[in-house]
Amino acid sequence: MSELDIRNLSKSFGGVKAVNDVSFTVKRGEFLAMIGPNGAGKSTCFNMINGQLAPDAGEIHFERRNIAGMKPRDIWRLGVGRTFQIAATFGSMTVLENVQMALISHGRELYTMWSKAAALHRGRALAILGQVGMAEAADRPTRELAYGDVKRVELAIALANDPALLLMDEPTAGMAPRERNELIKLVKALVVERGISVLFTEHSMDVVFAFADRIIVLARGRVIADGNAAAIRENAKVREVYFGTGKTFAGAPA
Amino acid sequence: MTLNAFLFQALNGLSTASGLFLIAAGLSLIFGVSRIVNIAHGSLYMLGTYIAYTFATRIGGVTGFWGGIVATAIIVGIIGAAIEFVLLRRIYRAPELFQLLATFALVLVINDSALYLWGPEDLLGPRAPGLRDAIEVLGRRLPSYDLFLIFVGPAVLLVLHVVITKTRFGRLIRAATQDREMVGALGVNQAMLFTAVFALGSLLAGLGGALQIAREPANLATDLIAIGDAFVVVVVGGMGSISGAYLAAVLIAEVKALCIGLGVVDFGLMKINFTKFTLVAEFIVMAVVLIVRPYGLLGRPQGAVRSIAEAEEPIRPANVFVKALGIVVFAALLALPLFANYSPYLLVLGIDVLIAVLFAASLHFIMGPGGMHSFGHAAYFGLGAYGAALLVKWMAAPMGLALAFAPLAAFAGALLFGWFAVRLSGVYLAMLTLAFAQIIWAAVYQWEPITGGSNGVVGVWPPAPFNKATVYFLLALALTVPGVLLLRRLLFSPFGYAMRAGRDSPLRAEAIGIDVKRVHWLAFAIAGGICGIAGGLFAFAKGSISPETIHVGRSIDGLVMVLLGGLQTLTGPIVGASVFAVLQDTIMRSTVYWRALLGLVILFLVLIFPSGIVGTLVNLTRRIRLRRKAAT
Repeated sequence: MSELDIRNLSKSFGGVKAVNDVSFTVKRGEFLAMIGPNGAGKSTCFNMINGQLAPDAGEIHFERRNIAGMKPRDIWRLGVGRTFQIAATFGSMTVLENVQMALISHGRELYTMWSKAAALHRGRALAILGQVGMAEAADRPTRELAYGDVKRVELAIALANDPALLLMDEPTAGMAPRERNELIKLVKALVVERGISVLFTEHSMDVVFAFADRIIVLARGRVIADGNAAAIRENAKVREVYFGTGKTFAGAPA
Repeated sequence: MTLNAFLFQALNGLSTASGLFLIAAGLSLIFGVSRIVNIAHGSLYMLGTYIAYTFATRIGGVTGFWGGIVATAIIVGIIGAAIEFVLLRRIYRAPELFQLLATFALVLVINDSALYLWGPEDLLGPRAPGLRDAIEVLGRRLPSYDLFLIFVGPAVLLVLHVVITKTRFGRLIRAATQDREMVGALGVNQAMLFTAVFALGSLLAGLGGALQIAREPANLATDLIAIGDAFVVVVVGGMGSISGAYLAAVLIAEVKALCIGLGVVDFGLMKINFTKFTLVAEFIVMAVVLIVRPYGLLGRPQGAVRSIAEAEEPIRPANVFVKALGIVVFAALLALPLFANYSPYLLVLGIDVLIAVLFAASLHFIMGPGGMHSFGHAAYFGLGAYGAALLVKWMAAPMGLALAFAPLAAFAGALLFGWFAVRLSGVYLAMLTLAFAQIIWAAVYQWEPITGGSNGVVGVWPPAPFNKATVYFLLALALTVPGVLLLRRLLFSPFGYAMRAGRDSPLRAEAIGIDVKRVHWLAFAIAGGICGIAGGLFAFAKGSISPETIHVGRSIDGLVMVLLGGLQTLTGPIVGASVFAVLQDTIMRSTVYWRALLGLVILFLVLIFPSGIVGTLVNLTRRIRLRRKAAT
């Protein structure tokens, strides 16, 4: 059964059709990669699914409910987590407080004015940080962290409300190859363990082909291919978009 | 009102619009390129009036007047370039707030310089040689000089348009307005470009000022009036848009002219005197425009300016040392009345300090952790003060009730204005809060039957035993300390964290279910309410309240207090307000040139101690601790 069902989604900026009649689904517990060259419409797609942008046309069904045009905060409450291409965390808070903030929001305690925020949900926040391997750094200010660690904190924030769907826009951008593999391995493990569905974009082909259950390819705002790693490798249209004609992924750096 | 009279007022409006446009165009140009909102722009305009006056009276005749106007424009242009070269160049990459304050400091210094050079009297210039007479238009007499002014605005607009669209200099200006980093990266000498733009903008301000001498006397209050008007015009027109500035100048001048033209209109049920709206008309226009079109009539959303302001440390609960210090200070304050016998003035000063602390702490709450730079916090001080005073005046309410009503009135006002303000950010938020504060001020000033107009409300004395300074001081202490502690407690609560989350990263905050605008709105209203307590205390402490005590100067004082202590610390506003209040009550009263002194203090802070007193102390102790750690 599908968790996320996207039907005929479109969005234009001025005269540019950034996303043009895109349809695809994400099944429950699926680890789905969305790839495509720069400007293909991946981030625009993400921003519509997560509510930062309202689509011009089309529907986005999440757990049988059309969430197109809803606000990000309402979509989050339905159980959609998100990490951004450029990591967005709260710089004036510690790593632990970043996760606590999400847990406070999840517990609908945002307008509580008397209790101390730093004492709330500590145990749960530490547990989540443990899962992403950041428990050691719990008391450090987020702004002091290396970028790869900030990405992990962001993942921890996104996991705080037990999302059913996780949207990860280039989760490994700016990471060294080894870090990159570790993070994706971690996410893959979460998918298997908790049954979370993950939609992610990624520029590193080795990561995509090694871990994704399925791959959809976007180019110039349209879906040009949808299938498993083998099928995408063989797909002529995909080759053309990435390499021009004649070359293959066989020669791509692995 | 006849159609002819109406058209005549409209013509009058057009000549006023030209003056507005000249000063606004320069401000807009400078903002577009350097992203600095130059509050001292009004002071350059004022210098224009004084310098042109000097030329016209010392040299006299056609040369002195017309030649003087040209010479004045050039001189003011050079002064502007010098200001850019000496001061502004150092703060291009500082946080926006510091830039605003630094240029405000210039306003103070220039104002006192003009006082020193030309004296406090209004100076009326001669009439323009060659344009002394008036001509008959629509059955009324219009001075031919006004007719000349009507054409000056469009002429300057045309020249600027040609310069900006056809020349290389203009192309650079447009490019820098869109992305100044990119212009720098392309190898353009930014320093030269900025100085040139500043000179051009200042020249326009000087020209605008010089052209006014045949209509209005040179006056020391012109700087703030001019900058107020120019801001409104620039914000309404869209920052950085020259044609927008002309459009807005015409719109505002015409709305004002219309208000004068309408006069008193009888609506049957009630008579409304529209001339009373002139003070506030422009701010209402601005508020409406900002609400409907947040970037002004012809403005576009600006690309974010990449500031290098250091991110903030996480907040930590007070350590033992700070707690002990707090208790000692509180005990010392409790004991202060014991020393009152030696110096009765001590308690008056103490009350002033406490009121300032509450005022500054409430402003810091939204400015620091909330990231909302309010330039109109005086509004909530005023609502509290007037709310309490009017309740006493008209309902003979006891002091307790009046003091309880003060925060409610301020909270309600902040709730209303805050709803609009939190929809904007940065300079636009600052300007909208300023506009709301001006509206409150103008309402109080103009609504004479209720508020007593410029005389204010008098006779708001506290009843016995609070009429004794000792007891009133303790009352102020009993309200200020819980007020400050409440704000602090809020900052450590989930609500305070949510507010900071919304400031740190609105994108992330919204993506984890936080309604940032609503959180900030509520925070704005709470800060307003607490500020209202300070206002209520002030009214009873002084026994009176007048419009001038809630004017823009008070808002600026609040900003200085917060920055003096340090924006990024929680104890900063308390220290800053105390130091400021003591300075104001002692040193600044002993000199005529206190404005210049205050200005120099601000410049000193901005340039040398940008993190304020407490911030500097914190940095110092941290550095010492690190060094010790390294040594062991």
